[in-house]
Amino acid sequence: MSSFKVFDIAGAGLAAQSVRLNTVASNLANVDSVSGDPASVYKARHPVFQAVHAALRAGAYAVQSGGTVRVSGIMESTASPTVRHDPGNPLADADGNVYAPNVNVIEEMTDMISASRAYQNDVEVMSTAKDLMLATLKLGQ
Amino acid sequence: MTLSIDGYLGVQQDALKIFGRRTAVLASNLANADTPNFKARDVDFKSLLAQHGAAAGSLPLSAPQAMHVSTTAAADPTQSSAFLKYRVPLAPSLDGNTVDAQLEQAAFADNTVRYQAALSFLGERFKSLLTAITGQ
Repeated sequence: MSSFKVFDIAGAGLAAQSVRLNTVASNLANVDSVSGDPASVYKARHPVFQAVHAALRAGAYAVQSGGTVRVSGIMESTASPTVRHDPGNPLADADGNVYAPNVNVIEEMTDMISASRAYQNDVEVMSTAKDLMLATLKLGQ
Repeated sequence: MTLSIDGYLGVQQDALKIFGRRTAVLASNLANADTPNFKARDVDFKSLLAQHGAAAGSLPLSAPQAMHVSTTAAADPTQSSAFLKYRVPLAPSLDGNTVDAQLEQAAFADNTVRYQAALSFLGERFKSLLTAITGQ
């Protein structure tokens, strides 16, 4: 039933955006998690979104219309960690260096705003679709 | 005299279907606003509605019967993907995404109002019919 597809689509959007908000929260929470080893330091994580088309999911019912969205994976940033000279830190290596995560706080904040706006859009779509559907149910009364 | 309910309801019932479908297409655009390489699409309302009338061989808006003979979803023109057109992006982004969230929001609001208009037209039709039936 095509009318209820709106809820699937908006719901998938909500799920995807909340994964994105989660990764932002994780990145921001770990921004100061320094380590003495560049290999084991926390790396910024970012979700990868992918469109899922209705025709692929519905099989025989080959109706192409709006596709939902899904998180196809979470990538770790490959940027090198920030090296900080801090000999007093108990985690410092032999040279007195500690390694801070490659999290760009400004990037994360803009990402958070973008995710929150997209989430609001999806909520609005869902609530409007619900109103329309309830109005349709009252048709002829 | 025979009265066809389909004919009586006119073009509004088809319009309602198309608006309903457009809701899903626009919702999909908004849900994929941050998906790399996603291309925004929209329903070509004019040609979709024109096709309904053209098959009946009369003025485009006056004959919605063309689709009512179809029983399968694939034969239903409101369900075909031929009328989904890609949007021309105003400001394409580097990741290949062509969704403009503001544009889609505006289109969604527009579609909502049109859907509600079609609903109230249909509602009035039903009310008139009820008046005729009850004879009051």
